[in-house]
Amino acid sequence: MIRLLAAALVALALAGSAVAADPPRQADLEAEIVCPTCHTTLDQSSSPIATRMKAFIRARIAAGDSATQIKAKLVDQFGPAVLAEPPKRGFDLLAWLLPLATLGLGIVVVGALAWTWSRRRESNIDPQSAELDPDLERRVDEELARYED
Amino acid sequence: MTGRARTVGQIFAIGAVALLLGLLVWKLAFGSGGGAADQLAKGKHPAAPAFELSRLEANGSKLSLADLKGKPVIVNFWASWCIPCKDEAPALQKTYEKYRAQGLTVLGIDAQDFREDARRFTKRFGVTYPVVYDGSGSTLGKWGVTGFPETFFVDRSGRLVGERIQGGIDTERNKAAYAKGIQAALGQAQ
Repeated sequence: MIRLLAAALVALALAGSAVAADPPRQADLEAEIVCPTCHTTLDQSSSPIATRMKAFIRARIAAGDSATQIKAKLVDQFGPAVLAEPPKRGFDLLAWLLPLATLGLGIVVVGALAWTWSRRRESNIDPQSAELDPDLERRVDEELARYED
Repeated sequence: MTGRARTVGQIFAIGAVALLLGLLVWKLAFGSGGGAADQLAKGKHPAAPAFELSRLEANGSKLSLADLKGKPVIVNFWASWCIPCKDEAPALQKTYEKYRAQGLTVLGIDAQDFREDARRFTKRFGVTYPVVYDGSGSTLGKWGVTGFPETFFVDRSGRLVGERIQGGIDTERNKAAYAKGIQAALGQAQ
């Protein structure tokens, strides 16, 4: 029983490492790397340097590099601007935080304005005007009485 | 309170629009990306934009334009994947050999390229003049480089002279400007 359990654990561990060792996909990396001369992602470009970078990625995948390693090698050659998405650290983190902060600020501003406008509308309603004119009320009663008869 | 909130909102919106318009105007007026090349095209002789980059052949060893102070320099921007760069490489090497005794040097700036590809390129074409590596293209904006190859001439005082040459230096279109550029770089010292 213990042997069986151990075998199952080893099998699970191997399966886990097999998943972790899945090679990166060429298409995914081409969509995440920017061509330095045309400033579009590699999958959108057929410029000479983009073609060369695609070949580099293909070669590194074949050599067994992970996506992170391939990206690091490209950043080493071409600088961080080669990444389509800025890294989530340091100054580049602002590129991720600012849109969220702006969205949050926008929600607060719209909410505050909506609250202010709704309060103004409430305060503009005259309680007196909510009551019917006595003459009109009398006529309505007469009409209703006629229908009841 | 409501009126004040509305006024603040309006001021905020108008301010945002004004800011965007200001950025657009600034971009149109000053943001052409022309760099030193634009000044040169207007007949001015700006100081050659400074840089410090690693040498192509020796990782870690740096070379700056200031290191070449007092020398006339032909600054050539290139990349190994650029076909006209291959065509002009022998002509640049010949220039270096011909004018080296007069103090003139050629400085290659390999930009937006794989370092290993660039090394293969210099070996293949027998380049012996100094070459620095600018993989990220950090110098391109300051110089106003818009494509490869491009060539500039720097005189002994460190100012840009002659014309910026776009395309191969050995093409019929550029030969005369190239010869004049060399003379301008050397001539300032006379």
